[in-house]
This record gives sequence, structure tokens and C-alpha cells, in this order.
Amino acid sequence: MSYELIGITVLWLFLYGYVIVASIDFGAGFFSYYGKVTGKGEVINQVINRYLSPVWEVTNVFLIFFLVGIVGFFPDTAYYFGTALLVPGSIALILLAIRGSFYAFHHYGSKPNTFYEFLYGTTGLLIPASLATILTISEGGFIEKKGNEVVLLMDTLLKSPYSWSVVLLALVSVLFISASFLTYYAHKAEDYEAERVLHKWALGWSLPTIFASFLVFVAMSDHNMQHFTSMLDNSWMFVVSMGFFTLAVYLLMVRKYYGWMFLSVLLQFGFAFFGYGKSHLPYILYPYITVQGSVNNPVMAQALIWAFIGGLSLLVPSLLLLMKLFLFDAKYVKGR
Amino acid sequence: MEFDTFMQSRILTGLTLGFHIIFATIGVGVPVMIMIAEWMGIRKNDPHYRLLARRWARGFTVTVAVGVVTGTAIGMQLSLLWPSFMQLAGQVIALPLFMETFAFFFEAIFLGIYLYTWDRFKKPIYHCLLVIPVVIGSSASAFFITTVNAFMNTPQGFKLENGVITGIEPLKAMFNPATPTKVAHVLSSAYLTSAFVLAAITAWFILRGSRSDYYQKALRLTMTWSLVFAIATAVIGDLSGKFLAEYQPEKLAAAEWHFETEKQADLILGGVLDKETLEVKGELRIPMALSILAGSHPDTEVTGLNEFPRDLWPPLYVHYLFDLMVGIGMYLAAVAGLFVLVRIWKKKHEWNPWLLRLIVLGGPLSMLAIELGWIFTEVGRQPWILRGFMRTDEGVTTSANVGQMLVLFSGLYAVLGIVCTVVLIRMFRKNPPEKEMGKRGIEGGGQHVV
Ligand code: HDD
Ligand code: HEM
Ligand code: HEM
Repeated sequence: MSYELIGITVLWLFLYGYVIVASIDFGAGFFSYYGKVTGKGEVINQVINRYLSPVWEVTNVFLIFFLVGIVGFFPDTAYYFGTALLVPGSIALILLAIRGSFYAFHHYGSKPNTFYEFLYGTTGLLIPASLATILTISEGGFIEKKGNEVVLLMDTLLKSPYSWSVVLLALVSVLFISASFLTYYAHKAEDYEAERVLHKWALGWSLPTIFASFLVFVAMSDHNMQHFTSMLDNSWMFVVSMGFFTLAVYLLMVRKYYGWMFLSVLLQFGFAFFGYGKSHLPYILYPYITVQGSVNNPVMAQALIWAFIGGLSLLVPSLLLLMKLFLFDAKYVKGR
Repeated sequence: MEFDTFMQSRILTGLTLGFHIIFATIGVGVPVMIMIAEWMGIRKNDPHYRLLARRWARGFTVTVAVGVVTGTAIGMQLSLLWPSFMQLAGQVIALPLFMETFAFFFEAIFLGIYLYTWDRFKKPIYHCLLVIPVVIGSSASAFFITTVNAFMNTPQGFKLENGVITGIEPLKAMFNPATPTKVAHVLSSAYLTSAFVLAAITAWFILRGSRSDYYQKALRLTMTWSLVFAIATAVIGDLSGKFLAEYQPEKLAAAEWHFETEKQADLILGGVLDKETLEVKGELRIPMALSILAGSHPDTEVTGLNEFPRDLWPPLYVHYLFDLMVGIGMYLAAVAGLFVLVRIWKKKHEWNPWLLRLIVLGGPLSMLAIELGWIFTEVGRQPWILRGFMRTDEGVTTSANVGQMLVLFSGLYAVLGIVCTVVLIRMFRKNPPEKEMGKRGIEGGGQHVV
């Protein structure tokens, strides 16, 4: 495999990791706030907090990893995206900052505070929307190079149906992924009352997810034909994804094997995410940046890959320990 | 000076880094103090020390959160505000930036585990061991990020021909001449500041009337370590001066208002500079001290600013920043030394209110020294962003909206700063150590509730 392919695969894998853990995190924050407002809060809050508290910081690092990694492997991205994304990027940053810090203020401060909870509950939904917009921009048509300047066509972006369909997909996916994970977790914790509420949410958000995905397909054919054709060439991945979705919904309906159910959700999103990513290649940003054209020099690329291997051999055991202690430890999960 | 995109980008970068560095310093130093306290608690089988570790760790989680979000802001802002710089420098120095994320990852995982496993292990030593990866992770991330900053000061490990970079050696770029002193000084000053800030908080409570053993142990522990770190910081600071004299003489010369290259150069403290004639008035001169700082010997020749074209001079106000930083360093070492001496020879004066007040003052001063030190090195590097290769104005973004972003982020940092402080104060006021000792059945609980 060439350096650029290794690089982009690794980065895409981490972005996938971020999408999953962050979705769980963002959705949980929103559910917990929603539960509080509607009075269902007490039942589900315990489950949510027991899972979230030890892992929220790790979630953020997935994102940092992707950001630093993409600039490291493909320095040209710094130039194009850096120049064009000042405003949307800064807005996403501010949302992330509010969410992360108020989460901590709420949970570690001396007493829970409803306003803090409101802040991190709602920003949790705005962040996926704003980050998804960055993926939208990578489809091309929203960035223009004028001489030495790179400009973002904000107007075109706001009026584009494709852009809005992606935002919609991001929102419902977050709620679906989160609800299905929490259903599984509540079940493990033997908290049946919470499980009942969460199970209803998971089912409720399943159809909108698939509906939004179709919208994105349709809008894509209108926006970037090249990418759309390339997606059709890889259509098997989307078919497999659909298959796992069906399996997940089936397991939810029969209320069985929640572990497998959540795994199916992971695979559903995995196949769709990698199908999208694979067909996006070789472009990082249509039509300006390709992976081959922008990859860092071989010396640095090689050094980064070695650093990555070294880093992983440190991280994987630590992550396993974290999961063993908080995710798969029956006593902890049940709150004992 | 114009208030253009360039200026706004500089201000926004300085603002974000200046805000982040407060939390980063705590993030690097406090885990070390937590580790020391928990270890003392286990070795002496003294629950007071373990409680100390526990309470510090609890406050630490709140500051870490702000450190993480502001750090994320820097990571993205470097690309957003200095795209051309990142495009160029990224080709040579991407490695440590990338490795830093692993260090964070490692730290974040074990911090999560550490915070939620206080009473989960049968042997307390297992829990204590979990803080070691946190210490390693945070100090390693400081190490990696500081190598990047060192690279900006003394770039090497590549060749630049007509805008094309060749001959890249990532490790040589990382281990550049500025790395050893910079890393060592950044680490030691972070440890010093954290120890002193914790000491200042303790001294504050003692002044307000809390006299139980718990506070005494806390103060002795933090002050003793402050002394160790203060001496280390001063020694390494001296080495940093020698580094500058050799590799970045214009920065040292600007810090010292030293214009003519000469031997037996005087060290100038304070004073006022006449911008036209370059004459210094009202200063305090220490004969030959600058030569000694630069090379350990009065006969060391110290390069003066006149050797450099005037448009490459750093702003000359860095002199005050440098003097203040060094002054604070002396102050901290003196106060910590005084406390330790009094404790050894005049035990009954250990709780002298004046001594305690000096310690309280040292907390904010040490944080101020961190800020001054960073502004000094960053401004002292100007007009270069990559010394000798790229000027700062060549690296800046062309986007027109930096001004609005500056307003937005200023508001964000103001809110975060205020809420974070309020949350921390409430947290410790609602749950004072006496109450917690009572609850956990530790001796000393219930006394002197504030
Ligand atoms: C508690 C904080 C603190 C204290 C007490 C001191 N310093 Fe410092 N100093 C820093 C915190 C700091 C810093 C924030 O860590 C800097 C900024 C960037 C860096 O590399 O370290 C720094 C930079 C810095 C530099 C510039 C290095 C460079 O640009 O490469 C020099 C020459 C010194 N220091 C020298 C000293 C001396 C002689 C001190 C005498 C006591 C001293 N510092 C105390
Ligand atoms: C990897 C490490 C660092 C990088 C890549 C970096 C990068 C930059 C850049 C691009 C600038 C703009 C140049 C300018 O404003 O003149 C700058 C300035 C500045 N940086 Fe750094 N910096 C680093 C470390 C730090 C740290 C840790 C601090 C701590 C507070 C800091 C403080 C500042 C300040 C205060 C300015 C403004 C200087 C001025 O107004 O002239 N920097 N830095
Ligand atoms: C020498 C000065 C600096 C020190 C000592 C330092 C140290 C730290 C620490 C201790 C944290 C908290 C991390 C955690 O607990 O997980 C942090 C966060 C962060 N810092 Fe800094 N930092 C410095 C300057 C910078 C600069 C210049 C950058 C930008 C390149 C940067 C990027 C980050 C990022 C991206 C995070 C968030 C990481 C996360 O999510 O865990 N830091 N930094």
C-alpha cells in the first residue's frame, strides 16, 4: 500500500471512531437534557452518567487525532481548508469548547446546574451539524480559488439541498447510534425501566436515519456526479450497510441480543462510512486536493506511520483496560 | 501598527495560547503533585495525604476540561490562522505534533480510570500506580509541543530551495538546539507553578483560621517541592540564557538592551530606553553579569543588537518581560527557601502570617511568570515565525473575518475563565476538607469548619 493510502485509511478509521463515540456522547447529552425537561430524566440519567463520565475526554482526542493527522499527512489541506474554513471551523470550535467545559462544570462541580445541562445538551446536536458541513465542503463547489486567495462560498453552501441533507443525516444518526448503544448498556445494567424508554427512542430514530441517508444519495447525484458514480461502483458496501441496518432493527423489534444489535449498527455505519470514503478518493477536496498530490514527503510519511504503530501499541492495551473496567465490568455497570 | 488581518491573527493566537497555557501548566504540574501526595500517603500510611491527592484530583478534572477545549482550539487555529506556515512547517515538524496526540490519548485514558477507581482496588498502591501514566502522558505532551516551538526558534533538519523543501530529517528537526533547554525549562516551571499555586491555596486557608494537621502537611509538602523546582527552574533558566547567547543572540540582546558586541558586558535591570538614541536611563547595572549569564565567564563576548539589520530586531519591550520573569523566579525561590529554613530552625514561626502572605502572593506571581516567559520568547522571536526562513506576516491567513472571530473567542474565554473559577471555588467551599475527613472517618474531621 502506498503512504497516502495508509495515511488516509488510518485517518478515516479514527474519524469513524470519533463519529461513533462522539455520537453516543452527544446523543446521551441530549437525551439526558430532554429527559429532564419531559420528566423522564431520572430513569435514564444514571445509566448515561455512569457510562459517560470516565470516557468523555477520550472522545475529544479522537477528533484531535484526526485534525493533527490530516495536516501531518497532507499538509496542503492546512492551506486550503485552513483559509476557507476560518468561520465555520471557529464556530464548531466554540461549540466544542462550550460542550466540553460545561459538561465538566456540570458533573464535577458541587451541584448539578440545569443551565449547564441545557448548554451541553443542545450544543451536542449543533456540533455534528457543523462538523458534517466540513465534509459537505470537501465535495467541492463551495470553495473557490481566486489568485492567491481561497474563499468559501457561504451563500451557495447555505442554499444547497445537499448540504442540508447531510446536516439532517448527521442529526438523526447521532440520535440513533446513541439510543441503540444506551439501550444495550441499560440492558446490561439491568435497569429495565431505562431500557424501555431508550428502546423506544432507538426504534423511533431508526427509520428517519435510513430516510435521511436516501436523501443524501439523491442530493449527491445532483451535486457531485463524479462522486455519485463512484459510489455506485462501490454499491455493494451500501447494500451490506443496509443489510446490517435491517438486522439491527429486527433485533430491536424482537428485543433480543442487544450486543449483536449494537454491533450491527456499528457495521451499518462502518460500511456506509467507508463506502463514502472509498468513493471520495482520490480527492480530499474536489477538485483541488488529491491524496497523491498532497501527501507529505516520503520521509515524513514513513516517520508518521512508525509513530502511529508505536502509538497504537501503547493505546490499544490502555483502551482495552478502560473498556474492561467501565464497559464490561458487570459490577461497575450495575452501579455497585 | 495597523489593525489588519495580520495583527488580529497575532492577537487571537496570543490570546488562545495565553489562555491555554494557564490550564496546560496546571495540567502538566498538578499530576506530579498528586502522585507525590498519594505516594506519601501510602508510604506513611497517612490518610491525610491520600485525601490531599483526592481533593487535588477533583479540582484538576475541571481545569483539565478547559485545557482540553482550549488545546483543541489551538490545534485548529494554527491551521486556520497560519495556513501557509503549517503547510511549510508541517512537512518537517509534523512528527512531534502527531506524537503529542498519542500522549494526550494515553493521559486521557488513564485519567478517566484514575478518577473513577479510588476505592475499587484492594491494595491502594494499584490506584497510585495509575497516576504514573497520567504524569508521563502530560509531561510527554509538553515535551512534544515544546519541540515544535523550539523548531520555530532554531529550525533545522531540512533544506529550502525556491520554496521547495528537501532533505528532510524529522528527528533532527525535533531535536534542534533549542529543544533541551526549552523542554527542561517549560517542564520545571510548570511543576514549580503548580506546586506554588497549591501551596498558595493552602496558605490562604491557614490564614483564614484552618490549622489542622491536614493543612500543615499540605503546606510543608508543597513548599518543599516548590523549593526543589524553583532551584531547578533558575538553573535551567540560566542554561536557557546560554543557549540564547549561542543560537539566538538577537533575542538575548533585545531582552538585555545590549547593543554593542563586547566582553565583560553588564546586566541591565529595569530602566527606560530612549528609542532614538538607544540610551538607557534609570537602570540598575550589574557589572559583567551578562557575560556570566551568556557564557559562565566575565570574558565571554556577548553579541549586540547592532550586528543585526534593524528590521530584524525584536520589539525591545521584551526587556521588561524578561526582568519580571527572572525577578519572580528569584522571589519564589527565596520564599520557598525561607519557609524551609524557618521550618528547620525556628519551628514556632512556621505559621507566621507574613510568611503565609508571601506564599499566597507567590501563587498568582508564578502563573504570571509563565505568561511573561512565553510572551517574551514568542515576541522575542519576531519578526520570524520560523527563524531565518519565514516571516510571521508570510504565514498568515488571507481570510477577512479574523476580527469577528477575535471578538467571539474573547467572549468564550471570558465565560470559560469566570465559570471555571466560580465552579472551583464552590466545589471546595461546599465540601471543605474537615467535612470530608469527618465523612471518611479520618482524624481531624470536624475541627475548625470554615
Ligand atoms: C514559573 C515560571 C518561570 C520562572 C520562575 C522562570 N522562567 Fe524562564 N521561562 C518560563 C518560565 C519561567 C517559560 C514560560 O517556561 C519559558 C517561555 C518559553 C520557554 O521556553 O520557557 C521561559 C523562557 C525563558 C528564556 C527564553 C528561552 C528561549 O527563548 O529559548 C530564558 C533565557 C529564561 N526563561 C531564563 C530564566 C531565568 C534566568 C530565570 C531565573 C530564575 C527564569 N527564566 C525563571
Ligand atoms: C508549538 C508551539 C507554538 C507554536 C506553533 C506557536 C505559534 C505561534 C504563532 C504562529 C504566532 C504568531 C506570531 C506573532 O503573533 O507574532 C505566535 C505568537 C504568540 N505565541 Fe506562540 N506558538 C507556540 C507556543 C506558544 C505557547 C505555548 C505560548 C504560551 C502562551 C505562546 C504564546 C504566544 C504569544 C503570546 C504570541 C503573540 C506574540 C505577539 O503578539 O507578537 N506560543 N505563536
Ligand atoms: C508548551 C506549552 C503547552 C503545554 C505544556 C501544553 C499542555 C497541554 C495539556 C496538559 C493539555 C491537557 C491535555 C489533557 O489533559 O488531555 C493540553 C491540551 C491540548 N493542547 Fe496544549 N500545551 C501547550 C501548548 C500547546 C500548543 C502550542 C498546542 C498546539 C499545537 C497545543 C495543543 C493542545 C491540544 C490539541 C490539546 C487538547 C488535547 C486533548 O483533547 O486531550 N498545546 N495541552
